[in-house]
This record gives sequence, C-alpha cells and structure tokens, in this order.
Amino acid sequence: MSTPLTIADVERIATLAHLELTDQEKQVFTKQLADILAYAEQLQAIDTTGVAATAHVNAHEAERDDQPRPSLPVAEALRNAPDCDAGAGLFRVPRVIG
Amino acid sequence: MSAVVAGARTIAADIAAGRVSATEMCRDALDRISRLNPSLNAFNFVSAERALDRAAEIDRRRASGAALGPLAGVPLAVKDNLCVRGMRTTASSRILDTFVPPYDATVVARLEQAGAVIVGKTNCDEFAMGSSNENSAFGPVRNPWAGDRTPGGSSGGSAAAVAAACVPLALGSDTGGSIRQPASFCGVTGLKPTYGRVSRYGLLAFASSLDQIGPIARNVGDAALALQVLAGPDPMDSTAAREAVPDFAASLDGDARGVRIGVPRAFVSDGVDASVLAAFDAALLVLRATGATLIDIDLPHAKYAIPVYYLVCTAEASSNLARYDGVKYGYRSPAPTTLKEMYSKTRDEGFGPEVKRRIMLGTYVLSAGYYDAFYLKAQQVRTLLRQDYDRAFEAVDIVAMPTSPTPPFRLGEKTDDPLQMYLADIFTVSVNLAGLPGISVPCGFVDAPRAGATDRLPIGVQFVGKMFDEATILRVADAFERATDWSRQTPSLRA
Repeated sequence: MSTPLTIADVERIATLAHLELTDQEKQVFTKQLADILAYAEQLQAIDTTGVAATAHVNAHEAERDDQPRPSLPVAEALRNAPDCDAGAGLFRVPRVIG
Repeated sequence: MSAVVAGARTIAADIAAGRVSATEMCRDALDRISRLNPSLNAFNFVSAERALDRAAEIDRRRASGAALGPLAGVPLAVKDNLCVRGMRTTASSRILDTFVPPYDATVVARLEQAGAVIVGKTNCDEFAMGSSNENSAFGPVRNPWAGDRTPGGSSGGSAAAVAAACVPLALGSDTGGSIRQPASFCGVTGLKPTYGRVSRYGLLAFASSLDQIGPIARNVGDAALALQVLAGPDPMDSTAAREAVPDFAASLDGDARGVRIGVPRAFVSDGVDASVLAAFDAALLVLRATGATLIDIDLPHAKYAIPVYYLVCTAEASSNLARYDGVKYGYRSPAPTTLKEMYSKTRDEGFGPEVKRRIMLGTYVLSAGYYDAFYLKAQQVRTLLRQDYDRAFEAVDIVAMPTSPTPPFRLGEKTDDPLQMYLADIFTVSVNLAGLPGISVPCGFVDAPRAGATDRLPIGVQFVGKMFDEATILRVADAFERATDWSRQTPSLRA
C-alpha cells in the first residue's frame, strides 16, 4: 500500500492494459498516479468491517426471458472495421501465429 | 436568438400553432451555430442537410393535419458520445475518429420520435472523462460567458450550445457531474436522472454503474418535458428501470411549500469559493420564502466521495475501454507487425492523456494484490455513502448543495495537475455513487475582471432527490426559477 509506485509498476500496468507508453508518458504517469493513490490512502482510515460492497445501485429485477430477435447484419457490423474480409464476414488482423 | 431563449416548449407550441415553421427554426439554429461555433467550438459536427430534411418532414406533417410530438421541430444538440445512426460519433477521441454507428441510442430514437430535430453532435471531454472539456481531440470548448474560461465538462459543448442559444435543448451524460457542472458553469439547467431512469443503450460506456443520460435546457419545465420523453424501461438496457414514470410537468406547481430541504453544512464549507457560498446561502433564503423548510443534515462520508469515485470509475473505465483495440471500428495504428503490437500502438496513439491515465489507474486498482485495498475498499465506502443519504432522507425530502465549489475556472488552470481537476467534482460525484437524481439551476453570478472588461461568471445550485423522485427536485427547481431571474440571463456574444 504505502510502497511508492515505480516506473516498473507503470510498465507492468501498461502491459496489462495494452498501452505502449513512451518514456516520457511513463515518467509523468508514475508521478501522477502516485499522487492520486496517495490521496486515496485516506480511505484506509475508515472502518469498513462487515460493510457490504456496492457494485451497482440498481435493485431491480433485470432478468427477462431469452427471445430470439433480429440482430445487426454482419455486413453492417463490418462496415466500421479498419480491415476486414467482407465476403467471408471476418475482421482481419495481423498474423497471430508465425 | 429570442426564440431559442424562450425554450423548447415555446418553440414546439409556436410551430404547432403555425407561428413559425420547423424549417425556419432549424435554419435559425444552423445560422447561429455557423456564426458562433468558430469561437465556441461547442460542436464537433453539424448535420445541416439531415436536420433540414427532418424539419421539412415536421412541416409536412403539420400541413397534413397529422399529430405532432411534444418536441416537434425543436432543434436538439446531442453529445458526441451518443450514437446516432449514420452520423459520425467520436466521443471526442482520435480512436473513434471514423466511427459511424449502425444504430440509434434509445434516447436519440425517443427524442426524434417526439419530433426533435438533431442539428449536430457536441464537443465533450474524451469518452466523457474530464471536468473542463479540455480533454478533447477537437480542442477545448469556450465558455459563452467568458471566452478564456472552461464551460465545464464533460458535456461542455452541450451546455455551451444551450447557453449561447444555438439550441434550446441538448443531451448530455453524467458519470460524476458531467451534466450538472457544465450547466452550472454555463448558467443553464442540467438534470441527471436517477440511475436506471433513462436507458443507456447507445451511450459509449465510461463507468457503467454511474453513467446516466439527461437533458441540458433553458428552463426547468423543458428539462421536465425532456425527461418525460427519455424515461422508461428499454428491452435493450437491462439496467433501465421498470419504475412507473410520473407526469413530471404536473409536479411543477410554482412553489416549494412543505418541502424539507437538507443542507449538509459541514460538507459545504471547506474549499468553497466565497462567491459560491454567498449565492448558495441566498438561494436557500429564496427557497424558504417559497415555502420550503431548511434542515441541517450530516453526510459524514461525503468528504470521501472523490477518492471513492476515482477508484470506482477508473476500474470500470479500464474494462469498458478494452474494446477499443483497432479491430472492430475506429482508428488502427498503421502497419503493426503483430497483433499485440497492433493493440498497444493503436491504443497509445488513439487515446489522449486523461483516458490513458484513467485506464492505467483502473487497471492498477483491479490488479492482483491491490483489488482489496483499493477497489473493494472504495465499493464498501460507497455503501456507507449511500447509507448517509438514506439516513438524511428519513428527515428531509431533498438535499441542496452548490453544484461546483468554484465559478468556471480558466482554460489551462488545472490541466497539469489531474488531482486538482478531480477535486472540482466534490459536490457532484456522491450523487452518482448513490444513484440519485440531481439537478443544477442557475443561482447567481460573480464578476471577474479581464483586460479592461468584466465577465459575469455563472454559479449554480444543485438539488438532489431520493431515487426515482425527480418530481420533487424538479418542483423545487421550478419554484426557485420562478422566484428569481437567473435562468433568463443571457451572455452577450458577438456573432
């Protein structure tokens, strides 16, 4: 908790988040994220023993029966793709396996 | 200009009565936008041709005697993080610069069904992340009251467009204050409905447990009408509540008699600008004169709302924004050699600094070893904060607070220090964390000297209600508006 954030931490998080940061971004984020996390430390002083977590305030029954309905046609879904094979109905990405 | 200042209901009534055509109204709005937008930068795109076609359709319907919707012919601006079928939607981000949605957001479909005419998409902070509209790939919006100041954020373009009388009505989204704070900074009315009151289908998600769509308007009655059109369940959003939607206009009876207003005195003290406190106290006296009772309340955990909010919203954002990877839509980094490199280069080049900062923070607080200390802890304090409001609402009907601790600040003033920018949200974020409805209405001005001239900076007051009780905050806001003339002030714009 009180261990200061390092550039190595920032690099690890960037990898998890699929962000390729420049060296300058890494420097700036290390300081800024450390400041924000230090500010958030004040929450540790609050006794939350036995307090349930709120993930969502919606107390309503959200379930409904599954019903098949028309969905977006494949051609429409591909229209915004930076690269695709419209004939095959596929998005195209760089090679994954050698 | 005068027609737009009078508001959406007046415009709709004039069009229905044939005093003006929808086409004339639409042309007026488009003319004013083309004259003012070069200095305000409130619109990312204007869709003149589509708007004029829709307006002509309204005029044809009227001529044929067909029934007109309650917003027939009213020019509407839509925040650029809401999908409009066939109209470019970018969330003010480079990563979505080419995205054209294949469907309408539910709110867009409902407003168009009611006859509103969309004239364009408004500038905002990138993915609605910001409090000053400076985090936009399209550049900052300028405050219509003071060109060197921010209009607030993240719905800064929507608030500026309404304040500058380009349109009488605009849609915004509010995750931690993004409708109410810009409404306050621009001297207009902004309503964040209860979480779940309005469908989020077609809103580009930022933090799904906090995001809510709502109107920015010239007056409270227009905001009530807009909510009437927007509210209600939606099969496309399982979080859109099935709660009955009351007749909001019926609650606007002109006074606040019998309403118990809670004032969290201890919370509304430290770090609040003297001009804001003075306007807030004056507003409370007006409310008492209209029949309300003022009661001191305590929200002991409200002071923790900022750290709770910035841990919860960034965690949710880091998950929601994982979808922007250069595969399905938007920007892709040129010529990456591997899939992983395509993801990381696309996201580094496509996202701006604040969005990256929030993704980083959110990823960190969700990562192994930090989840319990940060994310879980924040969710627990969120529960305590909700309980504070629950307890307060046993003794009062609504809570009143300033909307922002300061009047609009200068462009560039807080951009180097993200934490200082976050602190500007102190009075708005707790309302989202608790899922409550909130409305900001103008309650005064403070003079600010600038190079031989004096700017008048708007100040807003916020009313917070119980879940699904927008009716009471609308009633009090309307009574306040009738008792004062702050909402009828207009900025002097050279156009």
